[in-house]
Amino acid sequence: MTAVSPPSAALSDQQAAPDAVHGGRGRALRDLARRPLALAAVGWLLLVVVSAASASVLAHGGPETEDLAHVLSGPGAAHWLGTDRLGRDVLSRLMFGGQVTLIGVAEALVVFAGLGVTLGLVAGFASGWPGRLIARVGDLVLALPAIIVLLMVLSVFPGNELATMIALGVISCPMLLRVVRGSTLALRGELYIKAARLSGLTGLRIVRRHVLPRLAGPVIVQLSLFAAAAVLIQGALSFLGLSTPETQGPSWGNMLGEASVVISQDPWLLVPTGCALALTVMALGLVGDAVRDVTAGRHLGPPQQRGARRAARPASCQKAMQPTGSLLSVQGLTVAFNGGHRDITVVRDVSFDLAPGEALGIVGESGCGKTVTARSLLGLLPAGGHVTAGSALFAGLDLAAASERDFSRIRGQMIALISQDPMSGLDPSFRVGSQLAEVIRCHSALTRGQARARAAELLGMVNLPEPQDTLSRYPHELSGGMAQRVSIALALAGSPRLLIADEPTTALDVTVQAEILVLLRELRERLGMAIILVTHDWGVLADLCDRAIVMYAGEVVEAASVAEIYASPRHPYTEGLLAANPHLAPVADMLPAIPGSVPPPSAWPDGCHFHPRCRYATKECASRSIPLTAPASGRLTRCIHPDKMAGAS
Amino acid sequence: MFRHVARWLVSSLVMLFAITALTFVLASMAPGDAARAILSSESGSYTAQQYQQMRHALGIDQPLLVQYWHWLDGVAHGSLGTDLFSGQPVTQELNARLAPSLSLILGTVLVAGVAGVSLGIISALRGGVLGRAVDVISLLGFAIPSFWLALALAELLAVKIRAFPATGYTPLGASPAGWLRGITLPVLTLSAGAVAFTAKQTRDSMAEVMSREFIVMLRARGLSRRSVVLRHALRNAAIPVVTVLGLLLVALLGGTVLIEDVFAIPGLGQQAVTAAGSHDLPVIVGVAFYFTVIVVIANLLVDLSYRVLNPRVHGS
Repeated sequence: MTAVSPPSAALSDQQAAPDAVHGGRGRALRDLARRPLALAAVGWLLLVVVSAASASVLAHGGPETEDLAHVLSGPGAAHWLGTDRLGRDVLSRLMFGGQVTLIGVAEALVVFAGLGVTLGLVAGFASGWPGRLIARVGDLVLALPAIIVLLMVLSVFPGNELATMIALGVISCPMLLRVVRGSTLALRGELYIKAARLSGLTGLRIVRRHVLPRLAGPVIVQLSLFAAAAVLIQGALSFLGLSTPETQGPSWGNMLGEASVVISQDPWLLVPTGCALALTVMALGLVGDAVRDVTAGRHLGPPQQRGARRAARPASCQKAMQPTGSLLSVQGLTVAFNGGHRDITVVRDVSFDLAPGEALGIVGESGCGKTVTARSLLGLLPAGGHVTAGSALFAGLDLAAASERDFSRIRGQMIALISQDPMSGLDPSFRVGSQLAEVIRCHSALTRGQARARAAELLGMVNLPEPQDTLSRYPHELSGGMAQRVSIALALAGSPRLLIADEPTTALDVTVQAEILVLLRELRERLGMAIILVTHDWGVLADLCDRAIVMYAGEVVEAASVAEIYASPRHPYTEGLLAANPHLAPVADMLPAIPGSVPPPSAWPDGCHFHPRCRYATKECASRSIPLTAPASGRLTRCIHPDKMAGAS
Repeated sequence: MFRHVARWLVSSLVMLFAITALTFVLASMAPGDAARAILSSESGSYTAQQYQQMRHALGIDQPLLVQYWHWLDGVAHGSLGTDLFSGQPVTQELNARLAPSLSLILGTVLVAGVAGVSLGIISALRGGVLGRAVDVISLLGFAIPSFWLALALAELLAVKIRAFPATGYTPLGASPAGWLRGITLPVLTLSAGAVAFTAKQTRDSMAEVMSREFIVMLRARGLSRRSVVLRHALRNAAIPVVTVLGLLLVALLGGTVLIEDVFAIPGLGQQAVTAAGSHDLPVIVGVAFYFTVIVVIANLLVDLSYRVLNPRVHGS
């Protein structure tokens, strides 16, 4: 089994780029602070807490002080929110009532969170019957109608708020248990947890390092939902006079109960208390939402926005500019992500040409912009990513400025993509056959039956021994190698002229890796399909490619034929990569031959991006940006000392 | 499939057993008992001997375990005992109250399933004004207390405008239009929260699925956005949404208790409140039994739809 990187290191270039993903806790807090609604919600909750805590100091008169001369007075100078049917000040009662609400919710929340998270983790990690038993009992408790249990608890402990709230926490905790167990089970099944298991991490460490961080989002959402529900249930019980009845002093619920008696004479009374309740529930929901959005981070934003951004950029291209004989011509391609107030450039000024049927490698460590470059050619940048300059001419179309509609003609039938993790690239809910047939029919006018036959044919082309059997399988029933063959078949379905293979073998076993490479080489020869191979493995590169570009920190630092690069690298970074390991380790956090690591896009140094790690660096390297130059015919390097390299002749 | 149903049957029986037993224990812990309640409602004052006789007549002088055994024996013969106050068979009383409660619950699940899921999808996919509007609607529905909404709706639509009856229930058989008018306000009230809840969960689920790698790959293969969203994303997002609808149904059983009380709907919930107040054990346990059966059936439906929606469940 190949070593599999932990989630943070597994972030491929495209994900490492927008630093919203990267952010630590400070970053998350700043993100939170940028949301006015969430801030308002926190503000409201603080206001409720402070006013409830200081009710006895701040409130205008006691909550029970009756002013029979001003009954149902409505809001005014003396009573800001009016008075009730006994002339008691509504604002004062609201502040005192807030205490009941807050204490009750806190009690319920502690029980809910403590029980739910603990039991959920245990149930998720205990394989076999103990886990199932906990889940079953949880389901059982959930099936108890909560209100009936609460009614019974209240008849045992009449009017007792604490007992009611503890009971509420207990009978609701299976909700949280379910969510925690579900996420834990899902995580447990994921590849990296399996790997962590195999590499001997203890259970507790797996929980702390891999599970809890991923659980934080869903748990916080559940907590906020439950707190909100607790406010409502407590209000309802008090409204019915069952817990905290009128005789025990004001609560928001019993104030509404009072108001309902005089609803026809004075509907206003419904407003202040109703608003207090609704705003508190709403604030809890908003805070949960905001935390969830910030921790969950990225999801595909609405496409229109990205389309608009792309269109807004002045089109710098002319169709005539594409060199004759080239399939794809990329010039000065620059990609940025919205990073809060300003764009952060993650790929800068990338240029290369690709002939029909040619295989070009893009090499570099994680975080150098390889995947972003590749995906920008398909208009599939993650949310917030957009091309800010340059062009990518393909079949007379500038991919850097293309619309969604343009891409619909390109994707699949002109340019196809296969990715690093074939399993997560397949829709888990559909059989292989149905996914293949859908793509085939999307690119042709075949009937269902014809598409089915074509699907089997494609599976044969990728050397899957029993196509019919594979067609009827679901993705989870495939091995990693089979899944990659299926995704290659899916990529071939539209007979593309260019295949972008993004680390196609990284997640596979070594023997399977070799088979997939053989297959790709064979397909390239047979179909005359060009290939762009994104990789950090020199062995894979040498196997498949004629030419390579080396990328470092968002820039192309060297371009040459693979043979030339091997023989005599003309950039210190290339030299370091080669020296580090001809077959780079899959996790290339640190290269033994090069000190330091790839800087994130927000921290690119001035001048040559590589100079802080370079052993040949001079003052000049830091003082100006270094252009690509040609040290020899057909070669390019972004280094002003190409002759210092050991292999240089 | 057969094995699956058999397993469901066994677990359902365990569940019914456990919940009714739990209800017996909880109800017996409550201070006061039915004998006292009956005697004081009949004459006001009574002797200790009368009290003991009444306890004996009701069978509540026996140990709890024996009482539960008798109850189970009755269930085996199709009886849930008799209402201690009216003397009517519990099944007969509760059957009459089933239709009003189910009308409210299923009506609300229907509204939540259609409106909540649509709103959730729209809000997950669209930014801009439409997405914001959906967010605001679901936030309001989520935050407004149902009993407050019930009061406001009744005051506005029943008392001021007189478009709907403020209280009461008309059986569907008696007058379909009357039935619809009668359940409109309670269903509206319950739907506010239910729609908000469903929309929120659908949105989360949809957003999560849309962030998965396979969505990018589907687009890379050239599938239309329509197909990616409506066929693939929705299908995957549906799995948690179905769970949510199941949970919603269970939650609504509780919600109806409150709303039936406010709108004077003669349903199971209203019966539960009355019975809890008067320690009418057979009725309390009967309501718990009925509620559990509804939950068990809902669970079966959720489970079956899992099998259809999630291929990974087939094998296990």
